[in-house]
Order: sequence, then structure tokens, then C-alpha cells
Amino acid sequence: MTALRQRAAGATRRSTASPARRSTGVTGAAWTVLAWLAGLLFFLPVLWMVLTGFKREVDAASNPPSWFSTPVLDGYRQVFDRDITPYLLNSMMASLLSTLLVLLLATPAAYALSIRPVAKWRDVLFFFISTKMLPVVAALLPIYLLVKELGMLDNIWTMVVLYTAMNLPLAVWMMRSFLLEVPAALIEAAAMDGANLIVTIRRILLPIVAPGLAATALICFIFSWNEFFFAVNLTATRAGTSPIFLVGFITSEGLFLARLCAAATIVSLPVVLAGWIAQKQLVRGLSMGAVK
Amino acid sequence: MTTTITTGAGATPRPTARPSRPGRGQRWARRAPLLPALIFAIVVTQLPFLFTLYLSTQSWNVLRPGSREFIGLANYGRVLTDDRLRAALVNTVVLTASSVILSVLLGLGLAILLDRKFPGRGIVRTLLITPFLVMPMAAALLWKHAIYNPSYGLINGILGGSTDWVSQYPMVSVVAALVWQWTPFMMLIILAGLQGQSLETLEAARVDGAGPWQTFTRVTLPYLRPYLELGALLGSIYLVQTFDAVFTITQGGPGRATTNLPYEIYLTTFRKFEYGEAAAAGVVVVIGTIIVATFALRVISSLFRMEDTR
Repeated sequence: MTALRQRAAGATRRSTASPARRSTGVTGAAWTVLAWLAGLLFFLPVLWMVLTGFKREVDAASNPPSWFSTPVLDGYRQVFDRDITPYLLNSMMASLLSTLLVLLLATPAAYALSIRPVAKWRDVLFFFISTKMLPVVAALLPIYLLVKELGMLDNIWTMVVLYTAMNLPLAVWMMRSFLLEVPAALIEAAAMDGANLIVTIRRILLPIVAPGLAATALICFIFSWNEFFFAVNLTATRAGTSPIFLVGFITSEGLFLARLCAAATIVSLPVVLAGWIAQKQLVRGLSMGAVK
Repeated sequence: MTTTITTGAGATPRPTARPSRPGRGQRWARRAPLLPALIFAIVVTQLPFLFTLYLSTQSWNVLRPGSREFIGLANYGRVLTDDRLRAALVNTVVLTASSVILSVLLGLGLAILLDRKFPGRGIVRTLLITPFLVMPMAAALLWKHAIYNPSYGLINGILGGSTDWVSQYPMVSVVAALVWQWTPFMMLIILAGLQGQSLETLEAARVDGAGPWQTFTRVTLPYLRPYLELGALLGSIYLVQTFDAVFTITQGGPGRATTNLPYEIYLTTFRKFEYGEAAAAGVVVVIGTIIVATFALRVISSLFRMEDTR
């Protein structure tokens, strides 16, 4: 996997040094238009969601669609009247706590799989990834029965534990790939100077790995925030997370499109913003550290 | 269940490992940081499956109290001869394969577009990754109600007509929504690959008289192969478990046209309350997954070997 990364390392050099792939003339213009069209086409549903959220229900259900209308906040007002806040707080709590727990578990584990590796580090690494391949649906029934037995249904801590397990393999792989980038010579030099483990971690490892920790946290946060399957089966009103709120919004009677879109925009916003800001880290995170 | 998928090559220590054999105490000192994560993973992800194994031998329907008894492998017989499960399996394969293939192809196209410099490249890239960042449940609801709806959906609004997309083309509707979400993911991975391609190789191909198409098929594609494989593999891991889109857009219908395995097992568990049958179906799915995963892990393993040979 590092091999992929090494090749990718040439990228920065190329894109700045060579004008070869900068398009000029007619081809360049066509290229630009095509790329922009593709980008806008993919963005269109999102744009439509945001626009519809600011419409009156009658305008949202009009045919042909109305692209321009005076924005109103009716949809958003209804979303908050239906009390979205506890759901958002539940999502926030489950995502942040599980992310924290994942980092606390995964970072030492990644250390034991990279810098001072255990004998069977490769088997352990593949064990972690294989748990990610198991279909969660096969675990749903026993988990449901167990959680019910423990009286932990509709409890946010249940979600914290499950989301931690869900993201742990990903985080171990990612953190390992970041730790491998710490030059071995640096650690040896520290040991030579008599630095103990704590000092080595604080002074040498942490500064180098900090961006990696941030990227790992981002990915874990995204997956926990978006999770629906466990949430719909194990939570209800008390510990319901934001996707659960969304599903409860559909009614068979009356118009609901504008407020649905308003709610969908609100619940998507944290992850969309985080992803936009951290675009660079996103690639590496999504490939579990394989692609830089 | 999948606890030991050996990777073949055997555990060769990393170059950073000390050459001297560590003693017993030292071995445990090395293992200590690993143990919390390992134990947590085993307890939360492996123990439930042992419980599933036990449940799969029970005849247990919650709607019939007192009906619980040991029936051996009868649930498996029922599951394996059941048309519904076979249909769900076929649907899962169709859904996963078509979404992965289409999103990889589209992702490749978009990555090639973005590999050149043009005005506003950063903005276009930002626009393109957004679908992947929208909450899957929000995306599914958006497609179902704001885009596919026959009377006020965006597609009929633009194209005219009153086609009921979801009931006429159920599988296409689900796949389209999934492809929209996953294409950005593929694009990001493939783009990272493209940007790592050395310019000298491309230059050499041009000097040797290769046209753009030849350069692409003979040089760029083989070079991109590990990235395409990685994208397809990771995409499959997630897409084979698709639940949100099916749950929301089609509810597995019409009839059973889009019921995939996760949705089918969900129905057996929480709509029919056939716990024993659901557990047996779960075990069958796990076994199937192990077979596919062993193959998939070999792909990861081969990527891994490249690391050793550097």
C-alpha cells in the first residue's frame, strides 16, 4: 500500500513543474465546459434539496418545477417545531464519543502493528479488516436480543459502543499507515538520547501523526453520523439519531417536501462542511490510508 | 468466524523490528497496546456470531410464545430452499455489481476530466465530492420524493411526462441513487492515482508514437489497476450491505424486485419475527461473505506485497 503512496508522491512535483497538461485553445475551452457541466450535474440534486428547503410547500410540489421563488423559512421553522434538536444532540454525542473511543483504542493498536510490531502483526491487521467485511445484518439479531436483555435499547451508549466497533478496523489501518511514515531513525535517536516512551510519543510521534489523527477522526465521525441500520433497529424516541428524525418526517397525507428538504439539509450540513474543509485528508481516509 | 484468514506470505517482521528475538516479557510488552482494541473487536463483532449460530438451530417466532425449541438444521433447509432468499441473493449481486461497475467507470471519467488544469478546478472538485458527503438517508429520501416523484419530481419536471420511475424501474432507481453517491468516492481514489503517474512515462509513450487513446489503454490503465481494484473492493464492501436506499426508495418492491439480503433478513427479523430463520439466513450470508472476502483479501494482500518489495 505504501507503494501506491510513493508513486502518488510524484504528483505534487508534476502538477507544478509541467505545463504539459494545462489545456489551451479550443480543446481547453471544451474541456473546461465539460468538466463544469459534469460538476454541476452531480451537484444538481444537492442544489435542488437546498432550494426546495427554502420554498413554501405548495411551490415545492409544483410542476413544472419552480427554480426561483422568494425564499421562506417555513420548512426550517417546522423542522425545529418538531424538535430536531435532541436528535442532533444524540447524533453529535454518539459520533463524537465513539470517535474519541476509536482513537484511544486504535492508536496504541496501530503502534503495536507498525513501530514496535507484534510477531503476527499481519494476521492481526487482516483480522481487523475482515470484521469490516462481515455483513452487519447477520449480527443484528444477536445484538438486538443482547441489548434488550441488558435493558440498553434506545440508549445512546449502545450506539457509542457499536459505532466504535464499526470504525475500529478502519482507524487501525489508517493510523498504522500514518505511524509508518515516522522515520525509524528518529525513534532510534530518541531512544539513544535516553528518552522514555512517554517523551518519545509526546515529542516525536504526536507532532508527526497529528494530521493523521485528525483525518482518522474525520472519517470515523462521518460514518457514525450517517449510520442508519443500527439506529433504526435499536433506538426510538430517547436515543434516536438524526437519520431517524428524517424518516419520521414522511407522512402519507399532505405536502411535506419542503420541510423534508430543510431537515435533510440540516442533518447533512456538518458532514458536508467537514468534508469540504478536509478534502485533502478525505482521499487517504476513505482508502484506509492506502492512497495519499 | 473470519477470525483467521491467513495471508499466505507469513508474518515477516517489518524492517523497523529489532533483529534480536524478543524475550517473553518483551513480547507481552509489545502486545499490550494491541490488546484493548483486539479484545474489544472480538467481543463486539465475533461473539454475536456465535450467538447467531446457536439461534439458527432454534425454531423461534416471537409471535408464537412458547414455540421455542431445538430443531437442528431445519432452518437451514428452509432458508436454502426458499425462493425469497435466492431472489434476494440475485438482487444483491445485481445491485452491488452494477453500482460498483458504473461508479468506477463514471469515477474514472471524472478523474480524467479533473486531472487537467482548467479554470475553477477546485470548485468543480468540491461540487463533485458533495454527493458522497450527503447523509445516505437524506440522499435516499431526496431521490425518492424530490427527484423520482411522478407528479412533482425533478426528472418529470424537466423531461415532462408522468412516469412513475420507482415502480416502473425499481432496480434502476436504487442503483442510480447509489451510483450518484459513490461515484465521487471512486473519482477521489482514481484521481489520486492519476496524479501520481510520472510524466516521463507518458512522454516516452508519446515519443514512441502512441496516440492518446493508445497511451490511455496501454500505459495509464495498467498503471491505474491497483487504484481501480482498491476502489471496487472498498465500494463492494459497503454497497453489498446497502440498506438505507432499499428501505427508503422501494421498500424492497414492487413485490420483491429490489429486496436484497440485508433487507430480506431485516424483514424476517422485525416484520415476521422468525428469529431462527433470520439467524440461519445470517449464517448463510456470513459463509458467502467469507468466500468472497477471502478472494478480496487476496487482492489487498497483493497490494500489500508491493509494499514489501519496495
